[in-house]
Amino acid sequence: MKHTLSVLVENKPGVLTRIAGLFARRGFNIKSLAVGETEDPEVSRMTIVVDGDDRIIEQVTKQLNKLVDVIKLSDITHDEFVDRELVLIKVHCDASNRSEIIQIVDVFRARIVDMGRNSMIIEATGDSGKIDAIETSLRPFGIRELVRTGKIAMVRGPKTRNGEA
Amino acid sequence: MGITAAQALVKGLEEENVTKVFGYPGGAVLPIYDALIDSDIQHVLVRHEQGAVHMANGYARISGQPGVCIATSGPGATNLVTGIATAYMDSVPVVIITGQVATSMVGTDAFQEVDITGITLPITKHNYLVKRAKDIPRIIKEAFYIARTGRPGPVLIDIPKDVAASTIEYQPVEKVELRGYKPNYKGHPQQIERAVRLINKSKKPVIYVGGGVINSGATEELYELAWKAQMPVTTTLMGLGSFPEDDRLSLHMLGLHGAPYANYAVTNADLLIGLGVRFDDRVTGAIEKFAPQAKIIHIDIDPAEIGKNVVVDVPIVGDLKLVLRDLIEKLEPQEHLEWLEQIEQWKQEHPLQYGNGDRLRPQYVIEKLGELTNHRAVVTADVGQHQMWAAQFYKFTRPRSFLTSGGLGTMGYGFPAAIGAQIADPDALVVTVTGDGSFQMAMQEMGTAVEQNLPIKVLLFNNNSLALVRQLQHFYCDKRYTAVSFTGNPDFAKFAECYGAVGLKIETRDQVEPVLKEALNNGRLTIIEVSISEEELVLPMVPNARGLDEMVQFPFGEEDQCE
Repeated sequence: MKHTLSVLVENKPGVLTRIAGLFARRGFNIKSLAVGETEDPEVSRMTIVVDGDDRIIEQVTKQLNKLVDVIKLSDITHDEFVDRELVLIKVHCDASNRSEIIQIVDVFRARIVDMGRNSMIIEATGDSGKIDAIETSLRPFGIRELVRTGKIAMVRGPKTRNGEA
Repeated sequence: MGITAAQALVKGLEEENVTKVFGYPGGAVLPIYDALIDSDIQHVLVRHEQGAVHMANGYARISGQPGVCIATSGPGATNLVTGIATAYMDSVPVVIITGQVATSMVGTDAFQEVDITGITLPITKHNYLVKRAKDIPRIIKEAFYIARTGRPGPVLIDIPKDVAASTIEYQPVEKVELRGYKPNYKGHPQQIERAVRLINKSKKPVIYVGGGVINSGATEELYELAWKAQMPVTTTLMGLGSFPEDDRLSLHMLGLHGAPYANYAVTNADLLIGLGVRFDDRVTGAIEKFAPQAKIIHIDIDPAEIGKNVVVDVPIVGDLKLVLRDLIEKLEPQEHLEWLEQIEQWKQEHPLQYGNGDRLRPQYVIEKLGELTNHRAVVTADVGQHQMWAAQFYKFTRPRSFLTSGGLGTMGYGFPAAIGAQIADPDALVVTVTGDGSFQMAMQEMGTAVEQNLPIKVLLFNNNSLALVRQLQHFYCDKRYTAVSFTGNPDFAKFAECYGAVGLKIETRDQVEPVLKEALNNGRLTIIEVSISEEELVLPMVPNARGLDEMVQFPFGEEDQCE
C-alpha cells in the first residue's frame, strides 16, 4: 500500500542525492517526492510517497533514519492530514468546446491561467484523487502536455513538526 | 592568530588522539602533507591507497579506535573505494581524508578530479565535501564521533586543495551537535523483560554472536550470560574470538562452512539469541529453513538490522554491553542438561575434521599454528579456502584476534590489515593467513612492512590456484574448471628475500612444526610458503538454497582427501 512519509532533513547540498540514492540502491519505489524549505531555512521538508508492504516501509523508515542528515521522519499515512498536489494541464480546445471545458474547470474549482486559439492551460490543486479526476475529465478534449508536482502534506490540528501542540 | 585549514585538520586529528595515519601523497593533498611535517603524528607511507585503508581498518579493529588514512584526489581516492566498502560492510570505524581539486575547478572534469563523495555515498556511514575552511574543526570532530559511535563505520572527508590552504581562526570544537544522529544505547526495559521470559522458558537455546559483540566490548558479558543460563554459543566469521573456542559451551562458527554441530544446534533450537549479527546469507543458508523452530531475540545497535532478513519475536535496540548487563541481572541461573548432552553427541559424531595420513594438509598447518601460538596470536586472513580453514581450525580465544573481510569478502585485505594491526600493537604476534591469489592482490605492501620494520608472519598457502572458486566450479559447474589456475606464480620465499625479509618453505608434513617454530621466533618479517593441493575442499559446506543441516560433510568422495 502507499505510505506518505514526512521527512525533515538538513537543508544542505547533496541531501536529496543521499535520500534518492538510498531508495534506488535498496530497491524501494518512490511514487512521488516533493521537497522545499521550511519555516526554518536550515531545514527542508520532504514529502515522500512510497509503495510497499509493511516490511518494506519499516526498512525504508529505518534506513532513512540512519542518514545523518535526516532529522525527523514521520509516517503520517494513518494520521489525519491535508495533502495537495498541483497540476498544469495544457488541453486542446476550439470554439465548439471551450465553454464545456470552462464548466469542468469550474466544477473542480480549477483555474485557467493561459488561453490561446487552440489550447488553454488549466491549473488545479487538490489531493491525488481530485487531480486524477480532472485529468480524466479533460482527456477527451486532448491533453497536449501535463505537469504534476509530488504530493505535499501536513498533519491536521495543532500538532507541529516537532510534535509540540 | 590564523592557521591553515590543513593545520587545523592536523590539530583536529591530534585532539582525537590520532598517532598514526596511513597514506599516499599527491598534488591535491600537498597542504595536508605539509601540515603533517610539524606534527607528532606518524605517517605510514603505503604502496597503494587500497593498502592504506585496509591498514587503517586493521589498526581500528585491533585498537578499537578509528583508523585514519589519507589519499589524494582522483585515482588516489578511487583506489580507496574497495577498502571503504570493506570497512562499511564490517562496521569498522575508519576516517578517510581525501584531497580534492580546487573549489573553482570542481565540476569541470579537472585533472585528477573525481566526485568521491558521490562515489562513496552508499559505502560510507557519512561523508563530507568541505566547502568552507572554517568548518574543518567541526567536521573533523563530527567525523570521528560518527565513525566510532553507534554502529561504527567509515566516514570520508573530501577537502579541496584551496580550502586546505586557506587561513582560518582556529577554535577548538567542544561538543558535537548532530540533530539527525542520536544512537540509542539503552535497551527497552519491557523488551528485556520479554527476552528474559523467553530465555526462562526455553529448553534448547542457542546464542548466535557476531562482530557487534566485539565492537561493543561485551565479550565478558557474553561469557557471563552463556554460563549463567547454560546456553551454547556459536559465532559468525566476524564474531570469532568473542567467545573462547576452548570453552565447553562453544559451538564454533556456524553457517556455510560452519561446524556441523553449530548448524544442527541452530536448526533444532527453540530459541535463538542473535547478538550483534545481521542474519547474513552466508550464515543462514536458505532463509526459510533457518532455525525453523526457534523464537528469535535480536539485539543490535542498528535498528535497521532488526527485522531486515528474518522476522524477530523480541527486538532490542541498544548497546550490547548495556543490554546484556540488564539481561544477566534479571535472568535466573539455568541448566539445559539434555540439550547440552545432545550437542555433545553432535560434537562427537560430527566434529570439524579433515583426512589425515602423510600428505601435507592445510588444516593441519592451521591447527599447528594455533598450538604453537597458544591460540593467542593476532590472525588476519584474506579471502579464500585458507580463510575458512583459519576460521575453522585455529581456535580463537580472545576478541580482536581475528581480522578478515567478512561482509565484502575482499581479497588483498589480510596483509595490509596485518600491517595496521602490528602498528596498533607492536608487541603482538601477528600472522597473516593467505593464499597465492589473495596475497598477489596486496604484496606490493611488502615494501611498507619492511620500511616499518614489522615482524609479521605471512603464512601463504600456495596451490597455484583460486581454489575456492575452483571448489564452486566443482560443485556448481560440473567440474568444468576455468580461469582458476595460476601458471606464472613467483617463488614466494625468494620474493620475501628480495625485500630483505625471510622466506621459508613447507613442503611436507614433518616440516610444519620446525619451520613454523623457526618463523614464529625469528623476530623478522617472514613469508612461509606452504605447498598444498588445489584439490582440497573446504568442508563442511552448505550447498546453495539448502538449509544449514543439509551440509555436505567430510568424508566426501575422494576429492576431499586426494589420497
